[in-house]
Amino acid sequence: MNFAFSEDQESLRDQVRRFFADRCPPEAVRRIFEGEDAFDRSLYGEMAGMGLLGAAIPEDYGGSGMGPLELCVIAEEAGRVLAPVPLLSSIYLAAELLMNAGTDAQKSSWLARLASGEAIATFAHAERAGPVIANTISASISDGKLNGAKVPVAHGATANMAIVSAREGEQVSLWLVDLHDPTVKRETLANLDPTAPQARLHFENTPAEPLPNSGWMTIKHALDRAAVLLAFEQIGGADRALESARDYALERMAFGRQIGSFQAIKHMLADMYVAATLARSNSYYGAWALSTGAEELPAAAATARVSATEAFLLCAKNNIQAHGGMGFTWEAENHLYYRRANALALALGSQSVWEDRLIANLRDSDRAKSAA
Amino acid sequence: MDFNDTAEEAEFRAKVRSWIHANAPKDLEPELSRAAFGTSGIVSQDPLTASKAWQRKKADAGYACPRWPTEYGGAGFSPIESVIWSQEEGPFAALSAQFTVGHGMCGPTMMEWASEDQKHRYLPPLAAGEEIWCQLFSEPAAGSDLAGIRTRAQKDGDDWIVNGQKIWTSAAHLASFGLLLTRTDPDVPKHKGLTMFFLDMHSPGVEVRPIKQANGRSGFNEVYFTDVRIPDAQRLGAPGAGWQVSLTTLMNERLSLGSAISTGFPALLDYCRHLELNGKPAVDDPMVRSRLAKLAIKESGLKYTAFRAITALSKGEAPGPENSIGKLVAGLTMQELAMFALDLQGQAGVLGEEADGYFQTLLMRAPAIRIEGGTDEILRTIIGERVLGLPPDLRADRGIPFRDIPTRGRD
Repeated sequence: MNFAFSEDQESLRDQVRRFFADRCPPEAVRRIFEGEDAFDRSLYGEMAGMGLLGAAIPEDYGGSGMGPLELCVIAEEAGRVLAPVPLLSSIYLAAELLMNAGTDAQKSSWLARLASGEAIATFAHAERAGPVIANTISASISDGKLNGAKVPVAHGATANMAIVSAREGEQVSLWLVDLHDPTVKRETLANLDPTAPQARLHFENTPAEPLPNSGWMTIKHALDRAAVLLAFEQIGGADRALESARDYALERMAFGRQIGSFQAIKHMLADMYVAATLARSNSYYGAWALSTGAEELPAAAATARVSATEAFLLCAKNNIQAHGGMGFTWEAENHLYYRRANALALALGSQSVWEDRLIANLRDSDRAKSAA
Repeated sequence: MDFNDTAEEAEFRAKVRSWIHANAPKDLEPELSRAAFGTSGIVSQDPLTASKAWQRKKADAGYACPRWPTEYGGAGFSPIESVIWSQEEGPFAALSAQFTVGHGMCGPTMMEWASEDQKHRYLPPLAAGEEIWCQLFSEPAAGSDLAGIRTRAQKDGDDWIVNGQKIWTSAAHLASFGLLLTRTDPDVPKHKGLTMFFLDMHSPGVEVRPIKQANGRSGFNEVYFTDVRIPDAQRLGAPGAGWQVSLTTLMNERLSLGSAISTGFPALLDYCRHLELNGKPAVDDPMVRSRLAKLAIKESGLKYTAFRAITALSKGEAPGPENSIGKLVAGLTMQELAMFALDLQGQAGVLGEEADGYFQTLLMRAPAIRIEGGTDEILRTIIGERVLGLPPDLRADRGIPFRDIPTRGRD
């Protein structure tokens, strides 16, 4: 059994962690949070230079060809520091969709630019409140033109390109759209987590080219893959929130003692540790399925996703609680983790949607075959 | 990442699998597979006879007590071989329930502290299941605060004379020997006045009374000591060093690494496939799915945390602190799962406590899982202090002689 990251992957982690400690301190996150820019372009450019954006993109298409496990490691480290960059939109979703369903020409014209950070892309899928289901997709294609609206779209106001789910007759499939086209109207929206801006996109007879062989299953598969990567961002954030609470519990004095010596605080932190540990183990299961292309990917991805969402939400909210009033100030970084935890919990569909998918997958599977 | 054995591990697995296949009591498998936590589930014959027979067979083949050295009757397996053995033993491991304390705690303590002659006399029959051991630690007034025990041992020539009471002693009614923690000096702070012994459970003055538990079963006992004589040669460690000796025992008191603890989730999922709710299988109801998913991630989280430990063992490394979550998560999850299962059954959930109610049995056993071998609260404190590095709680009894610790009249 080898259910751990390799030495090379662990040394990549060390390298990425040092890089983020230097280049993505809380002040850098704060600048994006305060609206200085839609994302940290210099950080993103340096990540590209290190080959981090293209970790799972083949070298033939301008990536660094490391692999999905390496991308999991990078995601975790980015999640720890709340890196304000469009990894989810451009890398976990758009690049993965292109690799899975794009033509060679589409891959050639976009993947290298996404890996170099020269361009960013996004996935425009949701249209309204509630779960996204095939029947309710109203964006439509006729004669190669896209009409409709998508909201919310992460990094939609700045992305160069979007992959858009749209209906052509009965079938929902995926379409590649140049967002600089004058027929696209973009509107930035107020959002819970300004480190990842959200937009509404309007398309009116916008030129769109199909991703051939794409359909609802392509979307589900891409969401499964992105869910594993996002779970790693979530466990990174959960760990950091727990560490922050722990550090404060050691430092803060009340009633003549460190507050971490009170059982109420100690046990709350122990519960955070338990949730974070379960989430990490479940995310490793997701990573295994992602990297091996196992049949169990849908179940493994949902397991990782549900567990990591629960852990990050718990750790982020209790990190504020452990800090008391200090944790509820604008200056403290606690609310940035709280915002991110809640935003990520919704990013690929809400917890109830993933809970439903998890059990739908387990219902039909023979769990015994999932190893030893 | 992969779930594969190394070549040596695969070879070892094939060897023990074929031995188990050829020798295990297959006729008992259906009963064992359905056993609730902490029971063998055997009703078709005397469970102890079945347990002893399987243990004897393993001992004769050199497969008893995987981690013990062969010279004391163990199998001498490496940590990863032990994990593979327990995976392969599967449901038959439930037959070892009455030996768990002896093999997992008393034996290792004897190995560390007893004389060589004593080890050769006592360990092989313990390994082979001929002699059962129990651990006499908890008392009515000292559970989580174990160092607060009051059972007295006083020196009398070459013997010690013991008076007092122990409680929650698993298997005491079956045991030939016991590991006994006593207070020998009440004039020093509580951790310093303890001394450890082992004794013959048939010594005059030892009385074992079963406890009827809240679930109607009797897995534990009270043990009373009235002027029981124990030879000084049966003292383990120096007088006053009992706390140090007990830590050897307690370090072994954790559900063994690498064997994920089932929470009952597979049974609940299966139940929800068959139960009809609003004209369709319960498993297809969104509310049911949401609740099931919250339980599923606990079950799988425990499984894959165990896989991480196995990976460390396979590389010859020590597993990390993440294994400290096992019993805490399993106990809480089992209880929640049982309550949800009953909720699904509606008014009929009240029926069938012992005979056929799997979830009812789980419901009534779960409270004990959250207490035995470290309460949820003690486990959270351990995680907080040893894993997260938080400071210890204030202790009102610190540094004062044991006899001066306030008891509010209880002793």
